[in-house]
Order: sequence, then C-alpha cells, then structure tokens
Amino acid sequence: MVPESYYVALSAVLFSIGVVGVVIRRNPLVIFMSIELMLNAANLALVAFGQRFGNLDGQAVVFFVMAVAAAEVAVGLAIIVTIFRVRRRLSVDDLSVMRW
Amino acid sequence: MGTVAFVLIAGVAVGSALGLVIKRNPIHGALFLVVNLGTVAALYLMLGAEFLAAAQVIVYAGAIMVLFVFAIMVLIPGKEEAGPDPRRGARLLALPVGGLLLLLLVFVVMGRWSGPSAPTGLSGSAGAVGRLLFTSYLFPFELTSVLLLAAMVGVLLLARRRA
Repeated sequence: MVPESYYVALSAVLFSIGVVGVVIRRNPLVIFMSIELMLNAANLALVAFGQRFGNLDGQAVVFFVMAVAAAEVAVGLAIIVTIFRVRRRLSVDDLSVMRW
Repeated sequence: MGTVAFVLIAGVAVGSALGLVIKRNPIHGALFLVVNLGTVAALYLMLGAEFLAAAQVIVYAGAIMVLFVFAIMVLIPGKEEAGPDPRRGARLLALPVGGLLLLLLVFVVMGRWSGPSAPTGLSGSAGAVGRLLFTSYLFPFELTSVLLLAAMVGVLLLARRRA
C-alpha cells in the first residue's frame, strides 16, 4: 500500500508544473489547459487527504470541483473564441483590456 | 507491487504534464493533458475512489477535452507562438519561481503530515459518494445544476454571431 503522502507530493509537483505553464505560455488555450492541470492536482490532493483521514467529504468536494471546471471551461472557451473572432490573433500579451 | 505501479503512473503523469507545458503545438498539449487526466484517474482507483475515477474519465477526458480539441481546431493552432518572445526574460524567471513554489508546497504540506493514523478501507464507491451527495451536500448539489444552466446560457449568448 502506497502511503498517501506520496500522492500529495505528486500533486504538488503537478500543481507547480501547471503554475509554470500558466506563466510561460502565450497561447490562452494552453494556459487554460494548465489551469485544468492545477485543478486536477488539487483534486488528487483532496482525495489523498480524504483517504488519509478516513473522510469521504474530500471526494464530494472533488465532484463539485469537476462540475465547476466543466462550466468554467465552457464559458472560458466561448470567451476565447469570441476574442479571436474580433482580434484575429491569439496571444495573451495583446489582451490587456477588458473591452474594445 | 503497489509502489511500483505508483512510480510508473506518477512518472507518466509528470512527463505528460511537462509535455503539455513544453510542446508548442496546442493539439499535442491537449493530447498530453488527456494522458495526464487518465493517469490521475488511475491514481484515484489506487486510492479507492472508484466513482471519481469513472467521473474523471467521463467528464474530464471525455467531455472537457473534446471541447478543448474543438476550440483548438477552430482557432487555427500553431501560429500564435511563432514569433520571438517579447518578454523572454520575465518568462525565464518563471522556472526558478516555479521550483521555489514546489519546494514551498512540499515543505508546508509534508510538514503538517503527522496526525492520527488512517482508518483503512474507506470506500469511494458510487453508492457511498452518492449517499453523501444527496444528504449532507444536497443543497450544493442542486446549486451545481443551476451553475451548469447559467454556464450554458452564457455560452449561447457569447457564441452568437452578433455578440
């Protein structure tokens, strides 16, 4: 049986990779996918901690995180597609204003 | 046996996460992310969270990633990061800062690890999680449906031709 601390350490690694991805990439789609990576890392930590302390609440929270992530991805991708339709290019360095 | 499986799966998970961040083509990144989500589902299974493993494959790898791939296809991939990076110095700084964040996370989380030993044999089956969702978490569960409806309406509004 693998100790739960290994899972939490792995989740910290995945979360850090996601943070670096958000910072170094310029394509908003890849930034979005890095955010998904971070959400997943947090979910893994929640399940591992829930298992560690014998509590099922962590898994219920992970379920809600999944539902919120689905809604967030739908809205976020719609915003990115709309921006691309107006601007014809896609780089986060150009997107410094909220309206145009 | 369990440790070997964990090391293998963790290696694939870290490798695919790095692939997502490093690969220039967003389609390759999306496929790497699918692999990563699959490995996390396998880890859920190893932790005994069977329902979440199934939900992970269905919701994340199935629904969310299909949406991502569609959006990437619509938005003409591979042209966005072709030119020289105007903020190269600032972005290179992200690597040591990311390493520092990792150290901090591991330090904080592992430092708090001592506590009562785990009661083993916690079941994350669909029945157990569903019973919890429909008793203690009934109100947030219903709110989730409102959230999804709001997201759907918002996306329709944004995606209209004349937005």
